[in-house]
Amino acid sequence: MTESSHDERIELLTYAEVVEVKGFVGNFDVIIRKKPRYVDPLKCTGCGLCSEKCPTKTPNEWDLEMGMRKAIYKPFAQAVPNVPVIDPEHCRFFTSGKCKVCQKLCPAGAIDYEQKEERVQKKFGAIIVATGFAQFDPKVYGEYGGGRFKNVITGLHLERMLDPSGPTGGHVIRPSDQKEPKDVVFIQCVGSRDESKGVPYCSRICCMYTAKQAILLKDHYPNSQSYIFYIDIRAGGKNYEEFVRKAQREYGAIYIRGRVSRIFEKGEKLIVRGADTLIGKQVEVEADLVVLATAAVPQPDAIGLAKLLNIAHDSYGFYSEAHPKLQPVESLTKGIFLAGSCQFPKDIPDAVATSGTAAIRACGILSLDELILDPRIAAVNPDLCSGCLNCLEVCPFEAIEKTEVNGRVVARVIPTLCQGCGNCAATCRTQAASVQGFSEKQICSQIASIFQEMKKEKLFELSEQ
Amino acid sequence: MSFLNSEEIHSFRNRILSLSGEDALRCTQCGKCSGGCPISPEMDQQPNQVLRLIQINDRQAVLSSSTIWLCASCRTCSVRCPEEIEIAKIMDVLRKLAVEEKFSLAEKQVVKFNEIFLDTVRKRGRVHELELMMRYNLAVHQPFKDAHLGPRMLARGKLGILGQKVKELSQVGEIFEKSKRFFKP
Repeated sequence: MTESSHDERIELLTYAEVVEVKGFVGNFDVIIRKKPRYVDPLKCTGCGLCSEKCPTKTPNEWDLEMGMRKAIYKPFAQAVPNVPVIDPEHCRFFTSGKCKVCQKLCPAGAIDYEQKEERVQKKFGAIIVATGFAQFDPKVYGEYGGGRFKNVITGLHLERMLDPSGPTGGHVIRPSDQKEPKDVVFIQCVGSRDESKGVPYCSRICCMYTAKQAILLKDHYPNSQSYIFYIDIRAGGKNYEEFVRKAQREYGAIYIRGRVSRIFEKGEKLIVRGADTLIGKQVEVEADLVVLATAAVPQPDAIGLAKLLNIAHDSYGFYSEAHPKLQPVESLTKGIFLAGSCQFPKDIPDAVATSGTAAIRACGILSLDELILDPRIAAVNPDLCSGCLNCLEVCPFEAIEKTEVNGRVVARVIPTLCQGCGNCAATCRTQAASVQGFSEKQICSQIASIFQEMKKEKLFELSEQ
Repeated sequence: MSFLNSEEIHSFRNRILSLSGEDALRCTQCGKCSGGCPISPEMDQQPNQVLRLIQINDRQAVLSSSTIWLCASCRTCSVRCPEEIEIAKIMDVLRKLAVEEKFSLAEKQVVKFNEIFLDTVRKRGRVHELELMMRYNLAVHQPFKDAHLGPRMLARGKLGILGQKVKELSQVGEIFEKSKRFFKP
């Protein structure tokens, strides 16, 4: 990210949102809303004095509300650009009209409370969607405390605690009493592979990050002991199986094959009750900390963005690829590509691989002066078209536009958008719309000649009528 | 050791599917049912193992297990099952099949208790604890089992000597008639 901010051929539009996309491959018209950050990025030097002196504190979203941040803040240490933003919902100046401490102290005079939202319109040749995923909310699991137990956390909480610049400075603690945990239970498939409360698919990343966290925890507290409840260990990938074995053999993580059925508090400890299906018995673990490996789910606004971009998504809200094997990063809309976990949960190597592929596919479009199109697309014969525009409504790619020929309203196909699905041809009442090479006449004569062949070979007896 | 492969590998699963509407093949063996079962330490087969045995067509092991009789039908397993299998319902069907197909029943006392319980309900429309306990104790040849609890419970009004009857006893009879469709001993 830092590297791309230094490249003059790359323009970064951070703290901005796409509000409208029009046009087609090679020619997208995009309207972008730039949110006001109330800090002039050209003047700001990133010294951080404003955040240090800001009097308002509020829970830090980046640390999953485990720590606090100021009202003028950088979301995380490596944020690009190295410029803070004011959160007007909590800033004392925006809420009560007084304060202006940051403005008084800023040595560069970069604070500007008057900044307004900006809308810019730009043209682009290709779009890459890389909006990532969100975390499943484990509150629906009443048997795991439903959010009542402070010491039942998610893998992401632990990840933030393990970060040296995180809310606990890299120390893993029990949220209830800030003490070091000794026995830590990890529960896999919380929300994943659960048709009744979660999602039916496997989130793919949890087996590996849990093994990693168990290793890091042992490194951090050599006296600690991890217990991992799992259904299956899915460690497919280069060196993945070896890594899980390492967690078991070298770091002594105890893997228990069974799903946890209940957690309850007993004094300061948590009692985790589940089954070890390999011995066919119920087991209990007295734990200091329980870490839930929650499912990876689509971003909450993923479907809204799909509608905005006019790309297809599946029933969960992950974006659909044009072909699961041969076109894994292309969306069904030409010129729009998918990278990373907005398509399906991916681990880091897969996310990097799809991003690289999507980038090079986009370059493939941008490097051409002229695009080569598939000839099997629809066309409307304006002489036959009655102008009912039913085709316009059934087209899933918005590839049909209204136009006028000799003062008459007719439909016209935009060749770059058309994918040749044939919906318009099937809908057209006057047979004006047809997929090129597949007109009704051509299809009928094909059928007729097949019957002739069959008749010759006596496979089929054509009746006289 | 027995070979798994047979033409009829799905027959037991299909029988249970047709009787209960629950498909044991949905089970992914996650073990959440066994993890939460309050009686699982007493069972010879864990609930997830029962489902596995159905999947591999082992009638003998399932129908002669103690599990089906010890199951209290508390439905913790059904509620927690990520595949939404009504395991308690499967247990019901298994009990029915075990009796129907004259398997040697693992927990004969439970079966006896159930029969006596239903008989008192059939007669009165509600259970008469004193009669139930006395008949059960006689049936299992332990006439004074738990008898020391009797006087104290009587004193506190927890046991009625004569027992009570519901008003519309004929309707209870109808319920039993209807249930015969499901249960033929």
